[in-house]
Amino acid sequence: MRTTARALPLAAALALTLSVAVSACANGDPLTPGPKKGQITVGSANFPENVLLADIYASALSAKGAKVGTRFNVGSREVLYQQVQSGSITVLPEYNGALLAYLDARSRATTTSEIDAALRAELPSALEILDSSPAEDKNALAVTAATAAKEQLAAISDLTPYAPSMTVGGPPEFKTRYQGPPGLKEKYGLEFRDFASLDTAGPFTVRALADGSVQVATLFTTDPNIVSHGFKILTDPEQVFSAQNVTPLAYRESMTPVAVQTLNAVSAKLDTAALAGMMALVRNEKKDIDVVADQWLKSVGLR
Amino acid sequence: MNVLTDAWGWLTTSANWHGSDGIPTRFVEHFEYSVEAVLIGALIAFPLGLLTGHTKRGGLVVTSLANVARALPTLGLVVLLVVVMGVKFRAVMIPLVALTVPPILLNTYEGVRNVDPQLTDAAKGMGLRPWQVLWRAEVPAALPLILTGFQFAAVNAVANTAIAAYSSFGGLGRFIIDGLATTEYGEVAGGAVLIVIAAILNLLFFILLRRIFISPGLQPKKLAG
Repeated sequence: MRTTARALPLAAALALTLSVAVSACANGDPLTPGPKKGQITVGSANFPENVLLADIYASALSAKGAKVGTRFNVGSREVLYQQVQSGSITVLPEYNGALLAYLDARSRATTTSEIDAALRAELPSALEILDSSPAEDKNALAVTAATAAKEQLAAISDLTPYAPSMTVGGPPEFKTRYQGPPGLKEKYGLEFRDFASLDTAGPFTVRALADGSVQVATLFTTDPNIVSHGFKILTDPEQVFSAQNVTPLAYRESMTPVAVQTLNAVSAKLDTAALAGMMALVRNEKKDIDVVADQWLKSVGLR
Repeated sequence: MNVLTDAWGWLTTSANWHGSDGIPTRFVEHFEYSVEAVLIGALIAFPLGLLTGHTKRGGLVVTSLANVARALPTLGLVVLLVVVMGVKFRAVMIPLVALTVPPILLNTYEGVRNVDPQLTDAAKGMGLRPWQVLWRAEVPAALPLILTGFQFAAVNAVANTAIAAYSSFGGLGRFIIDGLATTEYGEVAGGAVLIVIAAILNLLFFILLRRIFISPGLQPKKLAG
């Protein structure tokens, strides 16, 4: 604990300074360029899945003859949002639930249509969201393939009779969140035997689920470990976990009808399984993000 | 101070003192983990320290071993061991033992090694066998230093047992980890206060041990007046 005890305040202070500095820069910084005429600039956050999605957008748009610039790995939502607001990024792949939580922390919208409606109301007039894709990167309950086969599990509701003999693992904050045991109890009547405090879909959680220390774990739906360990994600018919559909966030003025059409076509074809499969190629097999993006676009006839 | 009032509020909320995740339960867990870490550490380090101190050989090995164990990043080791071994209690206990071994080992070794040679010579001259020299002359004479080693080991254990909570186990660290995750800083500070109290209780325990076990001739002298 010695390390954390020292490192935490330092890291927190550093993060605070950085975020303040960065947001201060992004806010009305004369050096931040506005929208470039006739060009679509695709941006992305600084994690591989978002870069992959942005790459798919850029590649699909250029296949339709648009002039495309890219600014990948820009940073977190706080930074990106400022960039798209100023128009220096024209479009970026967002997750609708997380974006809404950023814009309105008190929103209780959970379904895709509720969230998108709330987003349209919240977003400033310069910004718009395009069609949400069925692909989601959200919290979900996972079990091993063996457990799923043995107990015939497909949805969270199927867990109800087995939960009292099962331990569920997740990050410490999961235990008291509504999108956790309390919500699962309310909507599905699930009462797990025990809760194991692990990490946020990291190595502890994956290891604990794989070796049977926990029987149910919270993972993200596009986690490549799902593919490599053969975990089974249980569907969530009661929508305890709010939707996180991949949704393009765009700077309205720079979007041509062709661009909108193209991105909506991408969203229509993209689903969670396809995204998880691509992430498995990128993370487990170390394939190049551009190659994976282009391969998928060709497979669905968008390139 | 806002956090301190939050901590006080948390500590004085009666709901926090009951049940399987209440303060008494976590306190007992913390105590158990710490004691186990010290006992396992003692099992490894005490005989090794006695042997090397008595024979005055292997000092380099002992100090190197202790330094390596001390340099291990505790939290990093927990993560590594959980990934390698799974979420097992061993994965928490090994890093804790790595923290209890060095003080016991070094203090026992140095304590026994530096016992006045006149004392050991006298013991040998009286016809004591080597192990009798160790038990009846060297260990009692080195006891102040040895107990200090155990005390450091125990403080290390009490302070670092919080890492158990990092990989799903209990103890007072649970309040710190859970409080951080849910931004309940009163709970975090309250948990930290409880760990400090545990460390102070530990200190009192060792003061008592010294009073009881250390030979009167070796007790720190009270100043007159």
